[in-house]
Order: sequence, then structure tokens, then C-alpha cells
Amino acid sequence: MYGKAVLINVKDNVATVTEDVKSGQSIVFLSEQKEKEIEALDDIPFGHKVAIREIFLGQDIIKYGEIIGRATFNIQTGQHVHVHNVEALRGRGDLGGKANEN
Amino acid sequence: MKIKGYRRPDGNLGIRNYVLLLPTSVCSTQVAMEIANKVTGCTAFNNSFGCCQVGSDARQTYRTLVNSAKNPNVGAIIVVGLGCEGVEPLKVYEDLKSTGKPLASIVIQEEGGTLKAFAKGCEIARTFAQELSLMEKVDADISELTLGLECGGSDTTSGLGSNPACGAASDLLVKLGGTSILSETTEIIGAEHILAKRAKNPEVAAELLQLVRNCEERAKALGEDIRGGQPTPGNILGGITTIEEKSLGCLYKAGHAEVQGVLDYADIPDGKGLFVMDTPGQDIESVTGMVAGGAQVVIFTTGRGTPTGNPIAPVIKITANKATFEKMKDNIDIDTSLIIEGKQSIEAAGEVILNEIIAVANGKTTKAEQLNHKECSIYKIAPTF
Repeated sequence: MYGKAVLINVKDNVATVTEDVKSGQSIVFLSEQKEKEIEALDDIPFGHKVAIREIFLGQDIIKYGEIIGRATFNIQTGQHVHVHNVEALRGRGDLGGKANEN
Repeated sequence: MKIKGYRRPDGNLGIRNYVLLLPTSVCSTQVAMEIANKVTGCTAFNNSFGCCQVGSDARQTYRTLVNSAKNPNVGAIIVVGLGCEGVEPLKVYEDLKSTGKPLASIVIQEEGGTLKAFAKGCEIARTFAQELSLMEKVDADISELTLGLECGGSDTTSGLGSNPACGAASDLLVKLGGTSILSETTEIIGAEHILAKRAKNPEVAAELLQLVRNCEERAKALGEDIRGGQPTPGNILGGITTIEEKSLGCLYKAGHAEVQGVLDYADIPDGKGLFVMDTPGQDIESVTGMVAGGAQVVIFTTGRGTPTGNPIAPVIKITANKATFEKMKDNIDIDTSLIIEGKQSIEAAGEVILNEIIAVANGKTTKAEQLNHKECSIYKIAPTF
């Protein structure tokens, strides 16, 4: 049984799963009209994001074709992408005025 | 496209016909609410402030109260004051005369306490409500509508389904000559570059960028990661990871129309088309601001589900999360989850929403109205002294 995901923009390195996906399950999504398949490496709840390619520590997370944050760990294709491995770049008062430099 | 509504003396079109009980401070709110509960046809603004406020904060509270009473859904106004508060009841009364609406004021200290103020208020409210009940609806053009755009309790289905659908409806209304208000400045952080490109001129673009910069600086001045409050814990459970992701999803609810101008909180647009209002991301304060800005109707998208309404404008709830729709059917009016399943286009869902706006304008009650959800709250911008 395949899990489904939606890729919003071809630039994106994450897709949004539209059903609960279990680790080991295949996830299918459309990219430029072509069906792509990846294997989930984590359980990923409905509406959460999955990495559709490898993302290295410090690289941008792209969704809607725009930057939504930065990887705080190396993320493999098929891993769950969320607050445990992504930080925001905006509204970071905790960084003592050093945020948003890059 | 035609709708039916109530023509006000100032020329504006209402789609509801309320007697508004307007407490000028928290000290007169209880009496105002009790009058509204007693007399059919009334509604009340639940005011928690109105006293011991200074400068821009005092002016903002004042503007919110007065402009709420100017909303065309209000047919008659009863100002309820204590008598010694910062928002002076007599001044509010004088400022509302220009609306031409039936208008009265009751001051608790002058009437001699709760019971006498309540009795007098009920008598006036009953008279006004009966007067309003005699009004007949007139034909009007849909271009007279101002639509408030809100999203709350978002999850990732909001950015994928309900917000784009909401944006399609807003675009349709703007094309028909109407007005839309996008709010929630916090939820533009990370998406402002996209919105600024849609500004009608460089001045509006600069204002927009400044607005978002100010909001982000206020958050950063607290020395914390904004993720402590935005996205909310519920947003995060729903899959939204950062404020940038939330904002990009939120922005879809404003469709693709050109941005005509930037409004202060609770300000009334001076033209037609899409406007951006400076409000917080907190739903109730945001909706209260847009309704004070003249929105006769609000469309409100949600992923997690939320029950809230407004005392003056009907609020239409929309979700693209099937499970939430099934679970909270008594709160949510429209299910757009077929978009997520790839079985409905965003444009088609936008038409469904526009048709619902027309039905509600013509008198269909929303679920929030039926369940008496009348949440409202003023956006406070300084401490109370």
C-alpha cells in the first residue's frame, strides 16, 4: 500500500504527505507530471513533510518554492522533516540580534 | 452580481441588522452584554479595555470601538458608559452621529447604577430593534461587500487547500469590484517579498515591508525564538514547522490581486480591492480589527478546527482537513478537502466559497452565528497604566 504526498513546487526539497505514512512504506508523489517514489524512513503523520532528496546540515528547506527554514541535521531522503531537524530563520530573538544574517 | 442588504443612512450596505450595545470600557461591558441578551435583535461588543490607556494604544482602542459601530451590519447603536473612563461615552456618541444611525447613550453613573441603566438600555434597545425590524432589504451589487480573510488553527492542509480556495474566492470578489482585507502581520513574516511584489506602487510595497519588519523586531525584542508562540503548538502538531512556512501558506488566502494599500488596525479602507491590515496573528483580535474596518462578512480557514465567530459579522468556516470537518461539523461550514485528494480544483472551490458568501450575505446563517459564537477582542499595543 503506497502512501501519497503532494509536491507543491518543483524547487521544493520536501513534500507533504496526505495520509499517515509508516516507516518502510513507499510514498508516491507527482513531480512535473511524473510519478516519483521514495521510501519513508520514519513514521510521518498526515500533513507533515518528508524529504524528497538529501538535505545537508545548514541547507535551506524549500516548500512552496520558498525558503521555510534551515536543516539542523543532515536529513536523508524519506526522513520526516519538522521541528526536530529544522530551525526557522525569522523572528529569532533568541539569537541576540544575529539572526537573519544569511 | 446582486445581493440583498440593508441600506444605511450613510449609504453603506449591511447584511445583518443589529442593534449594537457598545460598552466604552470594561466597567460597562457587563451591563451592555445583559441588555443585548435580554432584547432580541441586539448584539454587544465584548470590551475588556477602554480605561487607563495611553497614546497610540488608547487611540487604537477608541478607533476600534467607534469603527465597529460604523460597520454597516450595525443598524442602530447604544453607547453604554460607566461615566469616568478614558474612552469618554459622550465623545463616542458625538463621533457616531455622522453615521445617521439611530443612536443613544446610557451612562451608568448618571442613571444611578446597574438596574436603572439596564432598564433604560432595554427600553431603548427594544424600540431600536423594532424600528430595525421594519426595514426591508434592498437589491445591491456584490461590489459593496468587504470581505475579511482569516486563518486560524492552521495545519498544512490550510496552505495546500483551504487558503488557496479562499484566495480564489477573494480574487473573484475583487474582480467583481468588491474589497478584501488580508490581516495577521505576524503571518506575513517570511512571505513579505512575495506580497510586496503585488503592491500597486513602490510606496505601498515599502509600507508593507516596514510593517512586517516592525512586527518581527517587536518579537525579537523579547529575546526569544518566535517559535515559542508562532507557529502555535497546534500548528506544529499539524505539520507546520516554522513561521516562514506558516506565512507562505497564509498568504494564499489573499489570492493574486494587487495590494491597494496598507491599513492600521481597525482602519476603514479608502477604496476597493485588496488591502492589508496590521493585526496580530491571534484570530479574535485579527477578525475584530477587520470587522471594525468594515468587513460585513469573514471567511475563516482552519485545519485543526475552531469554533469562533464575531458579534457583528457572520464568519464562514472552511477546512481542507477531512478528519477535522467530520469531527467538528457543527463548527465548520465548508469542506474543501477534495482539493487535497486532487479531486477538486482550487478555482472550483473558490466558486463554492463565493456562492456561500452570497448566500450568507442574503441571510443564510453561519454555524458560528447559529451557535452564538460572538468572540471579540481589541489588539492592545501598550501596557495598561
